[in-house]
Amino acid sequence: MKIFFKHILFFTIFLIYGFSSFSAEQSYKLLEPGWSFKGFFGKFDRAQLQRGYQVYTEVCSACHSVKYLSYRNLSQQGGPEFSDQQAKIIASQFEVIDGPNSEGEMFTRPARLSDKFVGPYANEQAAIAANGGAYPPDMSVLVKARQGGADYIYSVLMGYEDPPSEIILDDGVHYNKYMPGNKIKMAKPLSAGAVSYVDGTESSEDQMAKDVVAFLAWAAEPHLEARHKIGFRAIIYLFIITVLVYFGMKKLWSRIESKV
Amino acid sequence: MSDHEYTPKSKLGKWFNDRLPLLTLSNHLQEYPTPKNLNYWWTFGGILTFCLIAQIVTGVILAMHYVASADLAFGSVEHIMRDVNYGWLMRYVHANGASMFFLAVYIHIFRALYYGSYKSPREVIWIIGMIIYFLMMATAFMGYVLPWGQMSFWGATVITNLFSAIPFVGESITNWLWGGYAVGNPTLTRFYSLHYLLPFLIFGLVILHIWALHIPGNNNPIGIEIKKPSKDTVPFHPYIVIKDLFALLIFLIVFAFFVFYSPNILGHADNYIEANPLVTPSHIVPEWYLLPFYAILRSIPDKLFGVIAMFAAIFVLVILPWLDTSKVRSAIFRPLYKQFYWFLVADVLILGYVGAMPAEGLYLLVARIATAYYFLHFLFILPVLGAKEKTLDVPLSLTEPVLGGLSNESIVKKKKEI
Repeated sequence: MKIFFKHILFFTIFLIYGFSSFSAEQSYKLLEPGWSFKGFFGKFDRAQLQRGYQVYTEVCSACHSVKYLSYRNLSQQGGPEFSDQQAKIIASQFEVIDGPNSEGEMFTRPARLSDKFVGPYANEQAAIAANGGAYPPDMSVLVKARQGGADYIYSVLMGYEDPPSEIILDDGVHYNKYMPGNKIKMAKPLSAGAVSYVDGTESSEDQMAKDVVAFLAWAAEPHLEARHKIGFRAIIYLFIITVLVYFGMKKLWSRIESKV
Repeated sequence: MSDHEYTPKSKLGKWFNDRLPLLTLSNHLQEYPTPKNLNYWWTFGGILTFCLIAQIVTGVILAMHYVASADLAFGSVEHIMRDVNYGWLMRYVHANGASMFFLAVYIHIFRALYYGSYKSPREVIWIIGMIIYFLMMATAFMGYVLPWGQMSFWGATVITNLFSAIPFVGESITNWLWGGYAVGNPTLTRFYSLHYLLPFLIFGLVILHIWALHIPGNNNPIGIEIKKPSKDTVPFHPYIVIKDLFALLIFLIVFAFFVFYSPNILGHADNYIEANPLVTPSHIVPEWYLLPFYAILRSIPDKLFGVIAMFAAIFVLVILPWLDTSKVRSAIFRPLYKQFYWFLVADVLILGYVGAMPAEGLYLLVARIATAYYFLHFLFILPVLGAKEKTLDVPLSLTEPVLGGLSNESIVKKKKEI
């Protein structure tokens, strides 16, 4: 009976803890389109990452940087896996400031694989000035920096709606169902056909949102596939050795009149 | 500990051991007589030692790549995550390792509470343990500041601001801690330095903790003093070593699930936003393991008394051996204490829960009641129980509960005689 009481106590406490993870700010349940990179064997879909990269460059990169990503990452294992040649070509389309050279002058040159992604603005102030006082956040770790992660970013992209009649929006402010406070300074970024995919996939709004969020999830966690793979092996290994140690322990303790 | 003098077999061993008795120490550790009825709650000492070493090893590696500078810290963490070989693994083990360390230490502490392990003659072990726990909290707090995310920055601001509540000198002390007039680069660099230093102090204290343990020997679930060595004990090696190893492996499986499959679940998303002194997060929360104390702090309307209450919550634990006056150690033989023990567990969990919630309305009320109960437990219930509780009969030796049960009147001692 006491044990039963204890279990009830624990159950209640865990239930309370479980509910606490839902923050009161989120008024709508996030959309959950399902991601290939979730779960024990979760992996990125190469084609999706490549499409996501295309959406990023053609749409998002007008305002958002991904400053912790390098061009070489594009051809790395576990990412979009562009070929080295493709990644070089992509890099060479961007200009970086280098120097000083032997004359003491700064100069621009095409980016190389070793360079970080070139951002749209020279600095944060320039970004704020160009965007009506709102700073478009760097997207390198954006998926990890928001409660709800990939689902949240996807929901915001899909959450643009006409505002309910009682809400009056200022100029340059948009209504978004999933943004905390429901107001967002970013105009609706995606509309059907905004990019024409190289691989011929139909560029519906939903498709582009999924693709770019997958790309951002990879950008935030470029070693995710290695982590899942090593994790699985590590746990199998630990499990086997635990079983072996268990039987070893039983054998040893069988000499003692006491249980383990 | 063992009743025979140890002499190494080889001549060289004897020569060395006469000059530095390391072999005697090693022999003592192997033969250290341990009660044979220890349950799995006793394996967390070994697990904690592992946690400390894992934190130090991963921490030393991270320190090779981390840059302690307000401008570069956040980027250097991303450098570790992306460019350093297995840097992501080191960082996730270190970050989740802190949580696992606290999980283990809380189990370890609550085990001691249940079985009365802090009572005479083990008060010094307990006090050293509490100092370790306090240093762990300081170390973890400073470590959380190092990635220089939003929660790092604002957590540091909230906690260091507590010292400004001290009358007269508060502001000077806060400025001295910050190395300036706000949390900034000097704060980060000194936190880094101390975050590297404190684990080695903890390591030293762990050695003292174990040394102090080896004087009276382990407590056990029955809570009676047993003759060591005797039929009631087993040598530490191999019996306890393999049992601790088995428990550690299970602990590692849980650890691995966090590291590999949800490495960020115990952290706060805001800490992936670089620190910005101009933007305050909507609601600042410390790491989960500090939440009960945070709840106590916020439940008192006055800042100074809030800080005092928070430190008092730790201090009552330090003086616990003198608050719990009951002569019987184990809760098994204390029917009332057992009930109150579970109330305390629930109380601390509730404090942790409301600590994560905004301090308003019902949450604040619950936090206040739970805070009051926390102190009531230690300052009132325990002393009263010590005087009034009718405890059950305690067996004379460990073999009895196993072999004969508790029914034989002739072999049980009354509470007073122990």
